[in-house]
Amino acid sequence: MNFGLTDEQQILSNVARRFLDERAPMSTVRDVMESPEAFDDKLWSAMAELGWLGLIIDDEYGGVGLGWVDLAVLLEETGRGLLPAPLISTSLAAAAISDFGSADQKGRYLPSLADGSAIGTLALLEDGDVLGPDGIALAGVKEGGGYRLSGSKRFVHDAGVATLFIVPFRAGSEILFAVVQSSAEGVSSQSRRTMDETKRMGDLTLDNVLVAPDDVLAGPADGAVALARLFDLAAVAVTAEMIGAMDRAREITTQYAKDRIQFGAPIGKYQGVKHPLAEMYVDVETSRSLLYYAAWCVGEKPDGLPLATARAKAYASEAFTRIGTDGVQLHGAIGFTAEYDIQLYLKRSKWALPAFGDAEFHYERVSSLGGY
Amino acid sequence: MDFKLTPDEEAFRDEVRAFAKENLSPEARKSSGFLSNWLKAVREKRWVGFNWPEAYGGGGGGIMKQVILKEEMAKAGAPPLGLCLMGLQWVGPAIIEYGTEEQKKSFLPDILDSKYQWCTGYSEPGYGSDLASLQCKAVRDGDEYVINGQKIWTSIASWSKWMILLTRTDFNTDDKHDGITCLLVEMDSPGIEVRPIKNMAGGSLFSEVFFDNVRVPVENLLGEEGKGWAVTVSALAHERSGISEVAGLAKQLDEVIELAKQATRNGRRASEQPSIRRRLAKADTIIEGMRLNGQRFLTRQLKGEPLSSETSINKLHRAFLAIELGDLSLEILGNASQYLGGDETSGVDQNLWPNGVLDWPTVVIGGGTPNIQRNIIAERILGLPKD
Ligand SMILES: Cc1cc2nc3c(=O)[nH]c(=O)nc-3n(C[C@H](O)[C@H](O)[C@H](O)COP(=O)(O)OP(=O)(O)OC[C@H]3O[C@@H](n4cnc5c(N)ncnc54)[C@H](O)[C@@H]3O)c2cc1C
Repeated sequence: MNFGLTDEQQILSNVARRFLDERAPMSTVRDVMESPEAFDDKLWSAMAELGWLGLIIDDEYGGVGLGWVDLAVLLEETGRGLLPAPLISTSLAAAAISDFGSADQKGRYLPSLADGSAIGTLALLEDGDVLGPDGIALAGVKEGGGYRLSGSKRFVHDAGVATLFIVPFRAGSEILFAVVQSSAEGVSSQSRRTMDETKRMGDLTLDNVLVAPDDVLAGPADGAVALARLFDLAAVAVTAEMIGAMDRAREITTQYAKDRIQFGAPIGKYQGVKHPLAEMYVDVETSRSLLYYAAWCVGEKPDGLPLATARAKAYASEAFTRIGTDGVQLHGAIGFTAEYDIQLYLKRSKWALPAFGDAEFHYERVSSLGGY
Repeated sequence: MDFKLTPDEEAFRDEVRAFAKENLSPEARKSSGFLSNWLKAVREKRWVGFNWPEAYGGGGGGIMKQVILKEEMAKAGAPPLGLCLMGLQWVGPAIIEYGTEEQKKSFLPDILDSKYQWCTGYSEPGYGSDLASLQCKAVRDGDEYVINGQKIWTSIASWSKWMILLTRTDFNTDDKHDGITCLLVEMDSPGIEVRPIKNMAGGSLFSEVFFDNVRVPVENLLGEEGKGWAVTVSALAHERSGISEVAGLAKQLDEVIELAKQATRNGRRASEQPSIRRRLAKADTIIEGMRLNGQRFLTRQLKGEPLSSETSINKLHRAFLAIELGDLSLEILGNASQYLGGDETSGVDQNLWPNGVLDWPTVVIGGGTPNIQRNIIAERILGLPKD
């Protein structure tokens, strides 16, 4: 038993922190977030060079071949820095192809995801925002060995910059996964303005798009099970970024409580301030424990993943929501200004709450997986 | 990161399971002398004081296997491994860390053999949360300390043979944490008077203890004179981590879930009510979070770092759950919950009745209140100014 980071993971974390401090400090984050698609080419290439984009892609397909605990370590740092980049999305698309693609499909898609020339994302949700097989209404119409798809996917992360979409659809009683390129005929995506400008989302519209047979992922024995796994992986990735972001929000607020003087003393001396900060610490550390266990389950204990993920995302969603609002409130009026960074963390907490299932959704899963 | 057990640890787990199965069978449990047989059997295995030094009767085992042992025993619904709970949880560890050779030889084996009880004399009427300001006075007189003062809330004082006592030997220090001295005191010493106090749950677990010129030989000094606070800090961390053990909590939650499955509220099973489900799920998640937090702390301990303020994290979770699980049981049962000993018309197994609803202060207030835990985290970990 060892619940700590390896030396290599510690190095990964340190390198990531240093890179983000130098290349994506808050001033840069703000510039990027205000750009049309909240995307910066140069940062993206630098991340590719560091191996981040192919972190969990096998080395035979141009990646680094690391696991989900390593990815969680990295995402904790990108979350901490509120890095606006489609790193989670592209990692999830890579995971879908790695887990469910044929050797040929991996060879065709993964190297370009790893080197950053392609940007992937999952396009799972539709109208109704239902997380699961019941939410998939998009029906494929057979043509040749492939399918025609017409319909739309909603709340697609990084829809505006993605070039490759993983699109689940119905084929009779089965759920299959199409790999759809943004350049294909009939594909259009609209990114929308979002509350958290560092996290863009939008809709993917498919108008009679032809999916060739070898663009349907070959692997999954049971599409519904595969879909459930993708939702879990997505929740783990989002939660990993949440941990970093909430820890940083706690740090920023703690520092402010040491600096701001009222009634002749730093406000952090007053229990109305210091106790919520202590609660933040309890919540961050407990979220972190739950999250790393879930990330470990991805590779080492897949049957434990659903429950571990549900617990982590449920707990972290509630915790981050509280930390976001407490963080702003403990700053006083200055916390409400656009200039102070704490508001960006509050917005991130709002974005993260519903992303791949909110506290209500995941606590309900904890109940049903617990047999009651 | 690796949550798997090594083959050696797995073999140990299997050994514990097999042992529990054999010694805790329904027939064994029914037999007369079950408890004393059990205590003898685990003692022979050297599983009591599992990680204590072998020289004093302990098992000399590692922390990891100790955790496995505790988990497996809890899962099996086993009785405690020894009856001297405070001795095993913090008095013994404090003696191992700070005691003299003679103290180790004379006290540790007795604790392991459940020979008698230890109690803990820290809190005073005027000093509870502000423990370091304690005033119970000890004056050195030749080869003895003479003690005058009072302790209160001393659990199991009325049937303990020994007490770990905090006194003040120096009243003129700049820092209140200096000048505190820890003594090991025999409860039948002349001048000690114990008066039990009845609590709201009906029991009289704790007492007031009065000291009137009580003489304690200097060889019963634990640690150095005036440096008793260090002994306490380590003992309190052990106490908090003991209070926060999750195996028992998981079992308690299972009982509340079972209760929710059996009870009917507003025309349907309580376990089908969304708000009840969410509270159960949240309790489950916090227990799992505590378990994993514990494993993270354990990893640090395995690397040789001592247990410290981080134990306040799980103590806070424990406090929340103690109250929450009781309240949840009441909400599940409705009016029927008010009948002590159960309501025969409810259709609920009487064994599941929420007996513990009034017991929560033991773990919420005992070992330091939630506010004090928040202060510990804010000041010692986050570095915020003291209030
Ligand atoms: C069942 C039980 C068993 C116990 N067993 C033992 C035992 O065996 N040995 C022993 O020595 N003691 C024992 N105790 C005592 C326990 O350690 C104290 O009760 C506890 O430390 C609180 O002290 P107090 O009761 O004097 O409350 P106080 O310190 O008077 O506190 C009253 C309230 O004020 C709050 N408060 C106090 N100071 C602050 C502050 N600085 N900031 C914010 N809030 C504050 C507290 O949180 C609490 O809510 C036991 C208590 C219980 C309930």
